[in-house]
Amino acid sequence: MSGGKLRIAITDDEAPARNRIKNLLEDVSEMLPIELVGEADNGRALLELVEEHPADVVLLDIRMPEMDGLEAARHLQKLEDPPHVVFTTAYDDYAVSAFELHAIDYLVKPIRLRRLHDALSRVRSITRIPLDVLNEMAPDARTHLSIQERGKVQLVPVAEILYLRAELKYVTIRTAQRELLLEESLSSLEEEFGDRFVRIHRNCLVAREYIEAFEKESQPGAEARWVIRVRGVNEKLPVSRRQQSIVRQLGKKAC
Amino acid sequence: MQACRESNPSEVIEPMASISQNAPVNSLPDFRNLGVMLRILVIVTGLTLLAEALKNNALVRWLEASAAAIAFVLPVTIISLLILGLATAWLRRIDYRAAIAFVVIIELAVVTATVQFVWVLLPEDNSLTVLVRYWLFTVLLALALIGYFNLRNRALSPALAEARLQALQARIRPHFLFNSLNAVLSLMRAEPRRAETALEDLSELFRVLMSDNRKLIPLEQELELCRQYLDIESLRLEDRLNVDWRIEELPDDAMVPPLILQPLLENAVYHGIEPSARPGTISIHIQRKSERLEMTLSNPVPETTRPQSGNKMALANIGERLQLHFDAEATFATRSEGGRFEVRIVLPYVKGVI
Repeated sequence: MSGGKLRIAITDDEAPARNRIKNLLEDVSEMLPIELVGEADNGRALLELVEEHPADVVLLDIRMPEMDGLEAARHLQKLEDPPHVVFTTAYDDYAVSAFELHAIDYLVKPIRLRRLHDALSRVRSITRIPLDVLNEMAPDARTHLSIQERGKVQLVPVAEILYLRAELKYVTIRTAQRELLLEESLSSLEEEFGDRFVRIHRNCLVAREYIEAFEKESQPGAEARWVIRVRGVNEKLPVSRRQQSIVRQLGKKAC
Repeated sequence: MQACRESNPSEVIEPMASISQNAPVNSLPDFRNLGVMLRILVIVTGLTLLAEALKNNALVRWLEASAAAIAFVLPVTIISLLILGLATAWLRRIDYRAAIAFVVIIELAVVTATVQFVWVLLPEDNSLTVLVRYWLFTVLLALALIGYFNLRNRALSPALAEARLQALQARIRPHFLFNSLNAVLSLMRAEPRRAETALEDLSELFRVLMSDNRKLIPLEQELELCRQYLDIESLRLEDRLNVDWRIEELPDDAMVPPLILQPLLENAVYHGIEPSARPGTISIHIQRKSERLEMTLSNPVPETTRPQSGNKMALANIGERLQLHFDAEATFATRSEGGRFEVRIVLPYVKGVI
């Protein structure tokens, strides 16, 4: 923490809401040593912001386009020294009851100076939100997967992922440009992104929209096998015998 | 504090009192309404078929007898509807019992005249007993129909009151209220004048929401409310919210149910604009087509992984209110096409007294 000042980042998609918090922070600064490191208009912008300008506290709106607050909080936990999260919300029954349940700090908009001051002054003494609690609270599939790389958080948009392949204790994420290693289980990913991906093999999930073709490949000295060609990369993925019928149905629908 | 306590009960009682005043439970249906006419024709025809079925057990004889009976019954019904349609306004003003008596007398007169006319054409069994049978059947049928419409009216009245209550509880999303208040607060220090206007718009909106919403209002008034609502929303959504108004040849005296458009706009903002970071356009198209008003409202459907909840409620509410006001004469339809969600309302052009 630089010079003992509490570094704060603001996230809200509405400019007036951010201005309101800035006004209040000016008032708080007369009572507490604080410093505004920046503001972002969605979760992804916040992750970029805190990489450049580390923060001790992020004020995080829940309902935002691109990436909402709950998802941003999950990715933030991948940082080496993640900031404290204080959620802000105008009205959200379900989220607020979850916050109460897990003693997570939140502020309701319109935010009162007194409440903001209290939240900021006790923030250092509060333990961070456990990741599994955040995972449990967010009912929707994430829009991005995140990987920690040299202390930074790399975000991969789920829409760009071609396939996910389990390898020992990691899952390889394959996009048209790169490969990354993720520390999550393939079955939990299948559960979360079941709409988007189809399991073609015990160790592989392929994005339906990137399946280019389903074809039989003959191998010298062995039985012919079915493979999937993936759009965007010159790769063939084997389809296990058990999954063939499911994949074939998918192929019919596509045609 | 004292004043506050005193004013509260009256605020609660007033709307309830006005519900029972303005929607008298005992009243004849509006015979000019297409839905009422269709119902009467269907019921009369159905009962005639049933009566003939009881008399004739062979299918061919039943069909023959029914055809003859319907050829008699339908003209009677249509002539009665014409007369009652002309008299509707007066009938609904006078005492309920007097109105029923009037309807019964009109029916008896029409039946007698028609029977006499038929007897001139086909001299048959023209005894008085036959005529009395017709009279009996007519009186029973007329009373049964009046009873049916009365029951229907009673069944629908609580729904009317409930729809009004829903206007207060479900129509304005708490989310909208608190976000708007937050936006106004953000303007207080830097732009107090804009904050003033926003609060004025907001109080106007709530005044309408909390008032008696069952009487038709001029369309222009509803449009003004929509503009005020959109002004509040653009305060916080800024250039993400674009609105394309297309209003053609609109008569000044057109009347519509209050809050017929504003909740649809709120829906469009919540589902079409807020979930996207990019600017989107809501388009509103209103035109008059001879005796109908056609309103079309559409919003983009952003590509988002999470479907927003609470869509059905506002739409169902408006569909129900249109039915209460216009029965079968209004239509309400929605569709999703080409990345946009569209709501289309067609309602009769009702002229107001200006």
